[in-house]
Order: sequence, then structure tokens, then C-alpha cells
Amino acid sequence: MGDNIALTEAVYYILLSSFEPMHGYGIMQNVEKLSAGRVRLAAGTLYGAINTMLEKHWIEALPIEKNSRKKEYSITDEGRNIVDQELKRLRELLHNGEIIIGGTKK
Amino acid sequence: MRRTMYKWFWAWDFEKEEKWLNEKSAQGLQLIDVGFCRYTFEEDQQGKYQYRLEILNNHPSTAKNIAYIRFLEEMGVEHVGTLFKWIYLRRKASEGSFDIYNDLDSRIDHLKRMSNLFFWILLINLFALCLNVANSIQFGNTSSIVCVYVSAAMVFLLAFGILTVSTKKGTLQKERLLRE
Repeated sequence: MGDNIALTEAVYYILLSSFEPMHGYGIMQNVEKLSAGRVRLAAGTLYGAINTMLEKHWIEALPIEKNSRKKEYSITDEGRNIVDQELKRLRELLHNGEIIIGGTKK
Repeated sequence: MRRTMYKWFWAWDFEKEEKWLNEKSAQGLQLIDVGFCRYTFEEDQQGKYQYRLEILNNHPSTAKNIAYIRFLEEMGVEHVGTLFKWIYLRRKASEGSFDIYNDLDSRIDHLKRMSNLFFWILLINLFALCLNVANSIQFGNTSSIVCVYVSAAMVFLLAFGILTVSTKKGTLQKERLLRE
């Protein structure tokens, strides 16, 4: 599952956010904080991404607590695998970029 | 105080409609309800809200769409009104610039939903046009000829709408080749 796929920024940051159970609004705020305000998830974009990731079982919806109406999401083992693969891919991108560009600088 | 205005927008010009609603907001008129060509505003603080329109896959009252609208509300987005498959949304301008989608894929999907709908309406009208042409050949009276013109006009108009939306979609798809 998930061979050679490049995650979108939104998906990558949503996965990172869901290492701790979080509801939609919390994810949006967390992603903005992680990226120092650079990545802002529009509500519809976030909703689409969450639903696709639920279907793929990368995240799961936690049972709704009594005093809360908001659904919380948490990463699954499958999701953790995807993040690991993505980190590997990102390292490769970074590595190659630095070799070529860093080489000329040195 | 409330004020009602009547105005016509073509569905494919939804961005113009959004712009008009945001101009009204800047003047201190905040949309609180919509109907067919009818807009109800309430006088409120200037520029308090930003407005956006979205076309959904089905009618907004289906369970799936109710869940979606509830999610939007959790995110600080208010559902102001519904017209057919369209929903009118707003968010406080103080929370920053308001978009429903900020990735290209979702924006392309949104335009696809629109052109699909126009396509089906076009097919129905094309069918009506054929019937009307057959009718006018058989009877040749004025009313049957008028029907031919009306349905032909509808077909052209819808084709124009599909073309407009497809052009927008094409621009985004080209950009999608380069970035997310």
C-alpha cells in the first residue's frame, strides 16, 4: 500500500497533527502553527482530505465523547507507515537538492 | 433593518455573485437569506463577513451534506442559505481571508460538479428541442416555432455555460501539472 506516492502538504500535516487525537478545528490550527502560518487549510479542503484518509484507514474517527459534539481523529498504524515512507521520500528530495545546489556553493 | 434585493446571476458566474455579495458586505449589508433571484440583507457592521458559494453533489439536505455543513460550522463557517444544490456560506472577516478550498484538486472537482450538472440540463433541453422541431414541422403554428427558438436558446446558453466552466477548469488543470 502506498508505493511511491507523494503526499500533499495538507495530507502530510494532517497526519502529523493526528498523532494526538484532534478535531477538525484543532487540526487546522495545529497545521498553521507547525508551518508558522504558511499552510492554511480551507475548511472544504480539510473536510475532503479527512474523508479520503478515513476511507484509506490512515486515520480513524474516535467515538464521540458525551460532552462534545465534535469528532476527533487519530492516526492508525497504516497512517504511521505512510508518514515514514513520506519522510524517506522527503529526505531523498532534500539530499539530492543539497548535493547539486550545495555543491556549487562549496 | 432588513433589505431585500432582486438580481439575476448565471450559475457559471458564481464568482461574480460572490464578488457582489462581498461588495454588499463592505457597504454594511450582510446576506442572511437567499431565494430564487432574491437576496435578503441585514444592516450590520461594514465588511463583517466574507461570502462564498459552493455547489454540492446532491441537495444540501442529504445526510452526507448535513454532516459536511456541520463540519463547516465547527470551522467557524456559517451556512446562510440554500438554493437548489448551491449553498451560501460566510465567515467573519476577522478570521482572515475565506476560501472553501485552497488546493487545486478540490477546486477542479468543484468546477466538474458544476459542468456535470449543466451537461444534464443541456441534454434535457436538447431532447426538448428535438420534440419542438418535430412539432413545428408537423403543425407549423407560431407557438410551436416560438418553442423551437426558446429551447434552442437554452441549449446555446447552457453550452456557453459549460464552455465557461471548462475554460476555468482547464486553466487550473494546467497549473496542477506544476503544483498542488
